[in-house]
Amino acid sequence: MGRKLLTEHVNVEGIETFKVYRQHGGYRAVEKALKMMPEEVVEEVKKSGLRGRGGAGFPTGMKWSFLAKPEGVPRYLVCNADESEPGTFKDRYLMSKLPHLLIEGMIAGSYALGARTSYIYIRGELLYVLRILEKAIAEAYANGFLGENIQGSGYSLDLHVHPGGGAYICGEETALLESLEGKRGNPRNKPPFPAVQGLYARPTVVNNVESIAAVVPILNLGGDEYAKIGVGKSTGTKLFSACGHLNKPGIYELELGVPVEEFIYSDEYCGGIWKGRELKAVVAGGSSVPILPKELILKTAAGENRLMTYESLSDGGFVTGTMLGSGGFIAMDETTCIVKNTWNFSRFYHHESCGQCSPCREGTGWLEKVLHRLEHGHGSMHDIDLIVSVAKQIEGNTICPLGEAAAWPVAAAVRHFRDEFEWHVTHPKEATAPGAAYRGNLVLA
Amino acid sequence: MAKITFDGIEVEVPDGTTILNAARQIGGSVVPPAMCYYTPLKGSGGKCRACLVKVAAGSAKDPRPMPKLVASCITPVQDGMVVENTTNQQVLDVRKGIVEMLLINHPLDCPVCDQAGECDLQNFAFEHGVSTTRYEEERRTFEKIDIGPYIQLHMTRCILCYRCVYTANQVTDNRVHGVLGRGDAAEIGTYIENSLDNDFIGNVIDVCPVGALTDKTWRFKSRVWFTKPVNAHRDCSHEKCSGKVTLWYKGKDVLRVTARKDEYGEVKEWICNECRFERKETADWILEGPAHIDRSSVISANHYELPVLNAQIIADLPESTVRELEQNPPLKLGGFNG
Repeated sequence: MGRKLLTEHVNVEGIETFKVYRQHGGYRAVEKALKMMPEEVVEEVKKSGLRGRGGAGFPTGMKWSFLAKPEGVPRYLVCNADESEPGTFKDRYLMSKLPHLLIEGMIAGSYALGARTSYIYIRGELLYVLRILEKAIAEAYANGFLGENIQGSGYSLDLHVHPGGGAYICGEETALLESLEGKRGNPRNKPPFPAVQGLYARPTVVNNVESIAAVVPILNLGGDEYAKIGVGKSTGTKLFSACGHLNKPGIYELELGVPVEEFIYSDEYCGGIWKGRELKAVVAGGSSVPILPKELILKTAAGENRLMTYESLSDGGFVTGTMLGSGGFIAMDETTCIVKNTWNFSRFYHHESCGQCSPCREGTGWLEKVLHRLEHGHGSMHDIDLIVSVAKQIEGNTICPLGEAAAWPVAAAVRHFRDEFEWHVTHPKEATAPGAAYRGNLVLA
Repeated sequence: MAKITFDGIEVEVPDGTTILNAARQIGGSVVPPAMCYYTPLKGSGGKCRACLVKVAAGSAKDPRPMPKLVASCITPVQDGMVVENTTNQQVLDVRKGIVEMLLINHPLDCPVCDQAGECDLQNFAFEHGVSTTRYEEERRTFEKIDIGPYIQLHMTRCILCYRCVYTANQVTDNRVHGVLGRGDAAEIGTYIENSLDNDFIGNVIDVCPVGALTDKTWRFKSRVWFTKPVNAHRDCSHEKCSGKVTLWYKGKDVLRVTARKDEYGEVKEWICNECRFERKETADWILEGPAHIDRSSVISANHYELPVLNAQIIADLPESTVRELEQNPPLKLGGFNG
């Protein structure tokens, strides 16, 4: 098993308290950072090659260096803890087990960016995690790591946790900022980008929980050392939340570069597919990324082993590849109905569309209705082309990426499992039988 | 100043101008359609996606094309930008898709809708859409709601452009009006049907691009193309009211009063509810003359106003023809508003 940088002490009893966390080397990164210049901290993060863990994979150090720094204007660091992508549950785990790790990362990040007030925007449903964080923040204040003049360095920081109302769209960074300001969580038009005009129209950086937490090992090890872990431009370790038809679903911290096959089948990780069944398909990075059939998730189109890295998973573009996304790894066995699964994802996006821009508002509902029809045996061959075409009309034409998130899974499902969709049209009775699933010409019922 | 090329036409505009406004300086058929953007309303735009254009070159400094189509109403120009609108097939195809999306939940009840004839969605669909639909599912419907004594809201027709929300926020005093719900269940709400009885709220009717917000004093009185618009003004005692209106006559009766709209359907000077709903006698007004209506509009079909030639067409005519027309005018010359 590879190195664990984030979750090394996760099973230590009482690690959620300041005292135990400190005993296990906690807050060393903050002490180190406060002795450096803020620019040097940004430089370390840049050197580490850390890529955003929220889904898009944008280099964090680069994002930090884009922050506008006008004189006399406050800046903000906002942590995006609105994790609500189906299949992704790594941030919840990290925050509830290691609240001080996130707080430590927030302090170091805020110092690097020159923010005097920082926010953690947490998903509304995670109220119990909110309480854990609030308790941890109170401890950090009591021990002089938050508030005025942190550890005598002259740097002051206030950290607030703010719960959302439970909308998926508030995980989009500008919708999150709107919501944090107390408005309806609609994504903003860009430009201006948050780095120029974010929270309260001030320069703001929005980072995922795991990205901020990763700043701690980066500072402890040094950027160069951190960059040695992983493969190519995918450096460091990443949390994967494995779920679905696996023997051992759960959260795994991997050094980026583990082969997908090893991740699924090795006993060290997920331990293979449950009940001795065959793997059918995998959604590798949360529900919005394209689904891939077994043959393409284990090997790329060129026949190379696929690795758990940003580059390898997106090898082949969307034709034969997918994305690493947020690390929500959903495995489906041979009894899974892809049409039903696609409909289910579609229903989610229909429900969560904010309704601001027309392609997404109307298109997500349309997709859901047609997929519902197909799943329930009332579809026609024409409907299969229709959903591909509607998905294409949404993709790229919306204000925020939710449109793409809704369109990609549908387009990919038809791309790779068209025969299954067709089977639903030609064999409506068999397809709508309880527990029915299509497997080549073999029908399981 | 920034110089941009829009559909092959060069135009120079001040820095910070949006692509759409730069195109409007060129005028004519190259201007992208706009269903939600409304110049006087701060923050409007970006929502309907009707005005998407291709930026083939970002700027003189960085001539890379932008990866996605951009909403021209909110994207500022950069010096040296090259924009493609009607010259780009992808843009036209996407626009067709936007029409389709806007219409799937629209009731298409134009034959009984008061907005028909002056409806932005109708024009947009006619110019850019296709004549058939691929949508077979049930359409989203809402009950009609009376909001206040003068306005009826028919959400089923709404395209959620948010213009009325911005108007209620920015023009009127009390906000009792916003968007509730999410996705295609989102609706314009007034918080437990609070009536919109403040004295500027009538303006939401003028900004509505479709027939979702209608004037109850005008509903079902006449088709708009049977009425004649006449510009008029009065000395209104309300400090914020401009008193400049268009009266819509049928015979000798004033059937309705609206604020004046420019060529892009935008109201530049707001009017108060008294002028709009209470003053429907010719004696209340000082008449100025017929209001200009675009030749392509059905309102001007069967109309008394002389057609207007736009400057570009005049420039293309042989000089002898122009001279002849000036001496013996069967057509009114001049004006850029063709």
